[in-house]
Amino acid sequence: MKYLVYILLATGLIQACSNGPKTLPILGERQTVEKVIDGKTVIDTIYQHIPAFSYLNQDSVYISNVDFDGSIYVADFFFTSCNTICPIMHRNMLTVLDKYKGNEHVKFLSHSIDTKYDWPNRLKKYATKLGVTGNQWQFVHGSKDSIYSVAAKSYLVAAYEDGAAPQGLVHQGWFVLIDKEKRIRGAYDGTKTDQVAQLMNDMDLLLQEYEQK
Amino acid sequence: MSKNKFGIFSILSLIGIFFYACQSEEEITYARYYTAGKQLYENKCANCHGNDGAGLAMLYPPLTDSTFLKQNKTKLACYIKNGLQGPIQISGKNYEGIMPAQATLSDIEIAEIITYITNSFGNKQGFYPYQQAGADLQNCSN
Repeated sequence: MKYLVYILLATGLIQACSNGPKTLPILGERQTVEKVIDGKTVIDTIYQHIPAFSYLNQDSVYISNVDFDGSIYVADFFFTSCNTICPIMHRNMLTVLDKYKGNEHVKFLSHSIDTKYDWPNRLKKYATKLGVTGNQWQFVHGSKDSIYSVAAKSYLVAAYEDGAAPQGLVHQGWFVLIDKEKRIRGAYDGTKTDQVAQLMNDMDLLLQEYEQK
Repeated sequence: MSKNKFGIFSILSLIGIFFYACQSEEEITYARYYTAGKQLYENKCANCHGNDGAGLAMLYPPLTDSTFLKQNKTKLACYIKNGLQGPIQISGKNYEGIMPAQATLSDIEIAEIITYITNSFGNKQGFYPYQQAGADLQNCSN
């Protein structure tokens, strides 16, 4: 009888664990710091987060990290004349946008890596032709110095100039999911429909996290 | 009974073989072009025009406008090989953009792509031989 109670307790525990809400991992570098709170030393983890930024968008307005406060967002790197992976990525991104259209907790940020040609007027033309209006999906121009290092260091996406490439620019097609604390919570291949479906699942999970708080 | 079944099976098989053998030379070539064209299309064209030929919003036109494809059939080879710069009207909408040239494509590859496109996405224009591509390319305006 005693054993039966233990077994019941154990199964109860296991069930409780598996039923707990699934949360997304926090990606990137992390470091621990010791803090003194109320006279006690506690160890805290500091996660990698997207540092402050400021870019010109498709409406020739400077937007910054502040415009993304209070929202989760999906970031990617592209350029308007790219005819390799970009059309596939943005065909898929449109599907994601459609799902969350008008949801003020969800935003999109596409960085152009063609810093020479993709100035706001070209970005605007591109957005309009793609059928994107409003400010939920931002297309931004950054300086050459910053954009490649932001890609690599902030979002962990490789993007660089390469004279040997057919269009002179090389970049990866990741959709990077950022939470409201500006931490990386997922990266998905934007050219693959199954991974984009996973992104939308994970976005729902992430939004739930905030609803529960 | 089982003998009977075998007999029916044999007859059906024979009829099948007969029909297969009767597939004309052109039909076989068409099927070969179509398959190769699909592969080339997916490698060279589908990024922008989509696997389903639907294009992408107003950025890249769809390939479902049968009337346009029919009216411009002799120009398609030039469009593919030399690229195309807008504006063009497809399905009543004006597209302006640049389609890059694919100068390395051979006549037969262009013919395969045209055979695939003009017989997919709701189009049905039949076989487009490589000799035709060669002739059409002689008359490119650009």
